[in-house]
Amino acid sequence: MWGRRRGRRGGRSAEELRVRRREREAALRKARREEQLVSKRLLREDSAAEDGAQDGADIVPEPLSEDEVLELLRGVQRGSEDRKRSLGRLRWALQNEETQQKFVRLDGSIRTLTGLFTSSLAELQLEAARCLHELSHSSVPAVAEACLPVTSYLLTYLSGHSLELTELCLYTLGNLVVESEAVRKQLLPQGIIPVLASCIQSPHEAVLEGVGYVLSQLLQAKEAPTEIIPLVLDSLLPRHMLPLVCSGLKAGMGAAVEFAWCLHYIICRHEDNAVLLALGAVPALTSLLLDLASQIPQGAPEGLELLVCPVLRCLSNLLAQTGCQGQDGRLLIALFLILQCFLQHHPFLVQECLWLLNNLTADDPFFCSALLSLDLLPALLQLLTCSQIATVLVLTVLCNVAEKGALQCQQLLQQPLLAQLLPLLTLPDPEAVGQCLELLHLLFLHCREAAADFTRQGGHQALEQHLSTPELQERAQALLDMVRQPPGAPSACQATLAVFS
Amino acid sequence: MRNAHCCLAMLPLPPGLHLLLREGLPPLPQDPPSPHPPQPAPPFTFAPRRLRLGPQHPLFEDGDVHRHLYLQGVLTSLEEVAERPKVSEFSCHISGCSQVFDTLESYEHHYNTLHRNVCSFCKRSFPSGNLLDIHILEWHDSLFQIMAEKQNMYQCLVEGCTEKFKSSKDRKDHLVTVHLYPADFRFDRPKKVKSGSKHTSSPREQGSSVPMDVSVEMAEQFQGNPMETGPEENMEISQPAASPGPLLPEKRLYKSRIPSTICFGQGATRGFKGPRKKV
Repeated sequence: MWGRRRGRRGGRSAEELRVRRREREAALRKARREEQLVSKRLLREDSAAEDGAQDGADIVPEPLSEDEVLELLRGVQRGSEDRKRSLGRLRWALQNEETQQKFVRLDGSIRTLTGLFTSSLAELQLEAARCLHELSHSSVPAVAEACLPVTSYLLTYLSGHSLELTELCLYTLGNLVVESEAVRKQLLPQGIIPVLASCIQSPHEAVLEGVGYVLSQLLQAKEAPTEIIPLVLDSLLPRHMLPLVCSGLKAGMGAAVEFAWCLHYIICRHEDNAVLLALGAVPALTSLLLDLASQIPQGAPEGLELLVCPVLRCLSNLLAQTGCQGQDGRLLIALFLILQCFLQHHPFLVQECLWLLNNLTADDPFFCSALLSLDLLPALLQLLTCSQIATVLVLTVLCNVAEKGALQCQQLLQQPLLAQLLPLLTLPDPEAVGQCLELLHLLFLHCREAAADFTRQGGHQALEQHLSTPELQERAQALLDMVRQPPGAPSACQATLAVFS
Repeated sequence: MRNAHCCLAMLPLPPGLHLLLREGLPPLPQDPPSPHPPQPAPPFTFAPRRLRLGPQHPLFEDGDVHRHLYLQGVLTSLEEVAERPKVSEFSCHISGCSQVFDTLESYEHHYNTLHRNVCSFCKRSFPSGNLLDIHILEWHDSLFQIMAEKQNMYQCLVEGCTEKFKSSKDRKDHLVTVHLYPADFRFDRPKKVKSGSKHTSSPREQGSSVPMDVSVEMAEQFQGNPMETGPEENMEISQPAASPGPLLPEKRLYKSRIPSTICFGQGATRGFKGPRKKV
């Protein structure tokens, strides 16, 4: 699937593709907000052209009438000479959603497909499996539920040896799983988890990727935390998943991507993650990020962001649980090299990286001082205006450092930090402004000089404009009071400088 | 878009980071132990916190959308899919099987479906090694019946379930009630005829009595022309159990076929060496 992942352009212009992508993206964002984000994968040979679709996979056949569908079904049932051709035509027709619905409503239609699918006629079996796969891709729940009787056979063939059939069964199952809770409720007692646990030991990359796909679909179910994740953690799956994710750079990127998302779905929804921690998830994922960063100069393979994203999430959530004691400082370098690599083409990774950076530096003197002494501050400051989320996260990381004390504040102030903070105070986002006020407070607290500098740069007015914003006014007032204090006793910052100069 | 103002292409990173990544960090200057910072003084609230984010956190939106664009195949690029290499036509090397192929994949599928998990006693083919093992035990192990009278010997067909049963009927009940298998699950038909007659697989017997399998030689022999002698198991499944569909009588016409015990003539598979699997 990984090798075949890039959709065919089907003769369309780049502009058409961009429009299509924008539409799909908007639909996905809406679905996510409604907690309805599901996707299905289509495993389709590019033989569609033989039936007149010159342009490949994206031309959907016209819907057939009830009678035409019935005729196709009869042709398939009759075992007539051209049963194989009828089945091929049926498969092609089933690309149409309306035809799918008409087909499943016909008496005995699914039973006929099941019969062929479980027959020993190898070609018919594959073709029947492809028909079932087309049905599984439907977005109509009734179509997925019509496939309920076939799930036990789909599982049975997963233990078989035909690579192509196994792959088809996997993607069909993965599609059915997200469409209906009824399907999931049936697959669990039918033993899907143990079957996947034995499939994950397959030597075939395509099978592994398919297993990862099915599992990732299962783990996104709303009942996953109570019904599915405990079963997965109890099985042999976790000990195989982790090495598959970590070997993704060398072999099997497709499988690594799927299993990395599986780990993310488990980790972000599970309470203690004891199983994964005991398997060494934190050092394993850390060393994956180090490897990855060290390979970046040789050029990141296309699609690498699909692996990096879930790996960052897993590590970040796990570190939130365990803290960073004993962590390898090189992780910090790797993180900035990854930021650099993806900044331009996949800016969405910036916020994910910054979240991990927060979890590394929060309450951790080692990573705070590494950030300063490795001279990574200029790069961090450049990310201040990257996006709304990034602004808040960069400010939070700076607060993590400033909170450590006078010396750290002084090092922060060696950068043109105040000049960069001032324009942030005019942002419409109260969260960003609030975090900015917090940082100013820490800087003024530890370094009185900073307050004076701030006034000189006109910070006074910037603060006054927030005196009427309810959630900001108290903090703005407190900072104004600090700024107005007549310079008296030497500040902590000056005292420290005196000691170290 | 969220990242609309992100127009910076390069970060001002210090040189030599790759070297440090390879060789490790130099010893960092030791900061003087600072007294523990005070708790945030109201109205200020900042305290360092490691954040655990749940699946619906807004920070994940962009990444999740990207993942799903990938799943839906919208991340298009110019690269085209590699075609499967076509090879000159060749036929299956298993004796008695004359199926012809033009891609390695189609041959592989054929071989794996029909010749891999084949019972060496009765030449039946099974979808998985697990089902073949169970078949051999239950059908061809002479001790099985004796043992089965004393203890539960019929293993559950579901991988990972270790339950055993007194009879195949008990197993079937278990599969249907516990594992939600269809009542007519085709890989576990009860064994109705005595095992002695298994080699004389007349169509009638074979169709009604064979559990879990498909008759390999029958299937292959008529593969090119399934209509006339469509293997009965296909028919049975398409119209199973209690609801014989309107098409059933019509299909019954096509049942005649060469018994598998015939050792000569076109399509015969039995001779001194049977179609044993070779890997």
